[in-house]
Amino acid sequence: MTGQRLAWVMAAAVLVAGCGDKPQQNGDSQVVLIGQVSPLTGPQAHLGKDNENGARMALDEINAAGLTLGGKKVVLEMRSEDDAADPKTAATVAQKLVDEGVVGVIGHLNSGATIPASKIYFDNGIPQISPSATAVAYTASGFKTAFRVMTNDAQQGTVLGDYAVTKLGAKRIAIIDDRTAYGQGLADEVEKAAKAAGGDVVAREYTSDRSTDFMAILTSIKGKSPDLVFFGGMDPQAAPMIKQMKQLGMKAKFLGGDGAQTPNFIDLAGAAAEGAMASNPGLPLDAMPGGSAFKAKFEAQYGKIQNYSPYAYDAMHVLIAAMKRADSSDPAKYLAELPKTDYQGVTGHIRFDAKGDLAGGAVTLYQVKNGKWQTLETVQSGK
Amino acid sequence: MDIFLQQLINGLVLGSVYALVALGYTMVYGILELINFAHGEITMMGAMVALSVIGALALAAPGLPGVLVLASGLVVAIPVCVALGLVIERVAYRPLRHAPRLAPLITAIGVSIILQNVAMLIWGKQYIPFPAILPQGRHTLYGASITDVQIAILLLATAIMLLLILMVQKTRLGRAMRATAQSRQVASLMGVDVNRVIAATFAIGSALAAVAGVMVSAYYGLAHYYMGFLLGLKAFSAAVLGGIGNLGGAMLGGLLLGLIESFGAGYIGDLTGGFLGSNYQDVFAFFVLIAVLVFRPSGLLGARVVERA
Repeated sequence: MTGQRLAWVMAAAVLVAGCGDKPQQNGDSQVVLIGQVSPLTGPQAHLGKDNENGARMALDEINAAGLTLGGKKVVLEMRSEDDAADPKTAATVAQKLVDEGVVGVIGHLNSGATIPASKIYFDNGIPQISPSATAVAYTASGFKTAFRVMTNDAQQGTVLGDYAVTKLGAKRIAIIDDRTAYGQGLADEVEKAAKAAGGDVVAREYTSDRSTDFMAILTSIKGKSPDLVFFGGMDPQAAPMIKQMKQLGMKAKFLGGDGAQTPNFIDLAGAAAEGAMASNPGLPLDAMPGGSAFKAKFEAQYGKIQNYSPYAYDAMHVLIAAMKRADSSDPAKYLAELPKTDYQGVTGHIRFDAKGDLAGGAVTLYQVKNGKWQTLETVQSGK
Repeated sequence: MDIFLQQLINGLVLGSVYALVALGYTMVYGILELINFAHGEITMMGAMVALSVIGALALAAPGLPGVLVLASGLVVAIPVCVALGLVIERVAYRPLRHAPRLAPLITAIGVSIILQNVAMLIWGKQYIPFPAILPQGRHTLYGASITDVQIAILLLATAIMLLLILMVQKTRLGRAMRATAQSRQVASLMGVDVNRVIAATFAIGSALAAVAGVMVSAYYGLAHYYMGFLLGLKAFSAAVLGGIGNLGGAMLGGLLLGLIESFGAGYIGDLTGGFLGSNYQDVFAFFVLIAVLVFRPSGLLGARVVERA
């Protein structure tokens, strides 16, 4: 505890004295570093780049509008790091960002990477807003630096499990997950909610986030004749999985989480995607308060929206808004302002509950019809 | 019974792809005692090149029959991979032929990393979908289903393996390969152009890898710059399981590994009453590998015999 306080004092001293390498004085304006972390290489690089672009767009807007904190002109600079969706790399780059002197972090993308990194940010008093980590464990550790602008897995899984049984009428449910913190966490919540709604979980199988062959586990599942297969994982696995279900002649419905509800899923699965259902926390882009304006601006600059960029965009705005209220970029000062966030963003009304979770998050269900994700309905969590 | 048969089909299809890639590892090892870790990446390159051609053709001439489009993809991918294999051998392995054995192993890993990154630069980080050009026919066989693509993979892999055995046993080049495998020095004293034989080995291995790469991407419907890594690792394990350096061993090892994975993932949960789930699929496969190596350190067929090529 004292060691931590000492670190705080030292960090503050460095900031006040301005003798550290960064943040540096640059003419009459001060440069403030904001970290962004997502997988920029590996199978999820397209999602990682999407987050980076969303955060960058918000940052550019704030810089263009001009930011003054504590009477000084401030220029924000983004340090974007690649965690390769890997927990160990995530911890390494988190430490690197802290050493570079970032005052806040947008990220990480995956729950598995976000959770180990959150400890490092907490130890150094750096506020962190994840745009997309949905695992319950992220905010359950009680770190007061951890926030998210995304509906969590407990909220989403409960909606999904309940929806599968009550709305889709599935009695026999098979559940597969990719053994990541995200996939497994979501699958566990679906299992709980499905059982609570009176469904029967006939199979629980596992794969990895690198695998593309699911024939063996699907064959085993087929033998248990489920009405519905739920997959907790990302699109590079979900797409070949639904293809292989069709190859095996399985008639069961396919339901996924937000990792599967991407344009990429349809590109990869082709005709096999037809009829697949998946959820995404929050509202569909076209139903978001600022959705169409965001889409127009984003796609003109960066191309097709993959998934979470509106959330990364909002997360950046929420972070900077807290700095503005505190009139300081000092993490120790503006961290106290973050829980008071009441922000009308592109993705909706953002407020945090006591744990740093998004309060009252919505979950929207989609289905692939004629090669496009069509909205089925939006369900409010927490009911 | 239908589930058993289905797992058998799954395993055989997976295994025949492993076998094709494993042959590339084993042929090079047989002649050079070098583990060509870049081989998995050549498979990936084959898939990527073929996909680019197929994608372009599917756009330019949508009317062409799928099999023809696929064939043109292969026709381009095979020479590209062969050229790649030859260049890698010439640049990364030949200068180190008399160096300690660790040195070419390191360059092999280096080449593999370079190829991954080159592929990432050319094709990007995204998964690339395989266009829906192939017949999607599905047949039911005693309750198990088998698709046209699976049948094609099984037939093509079997045909290629038979041709390869014929080539090694019956042709001049095959004889030269077998001679070089036994003793490089003696072979060269007998007038065998050892460099040419080694280059030919790399060329044949790379051609097989190209075919395997196209098969994998057609089967799973996608390709990715990282796909060669795990495939290469599994195929290498298959080659070791069968006895590295032995052609028949690579085929047997590949098929066995495919079957073990398939049956392992399919039955392990039910057999252990849910104590071990399908997440132990790879653990199970490698457990079998270790068990075999403990009792037969040189692999199932791995006696150092004349057959190795």
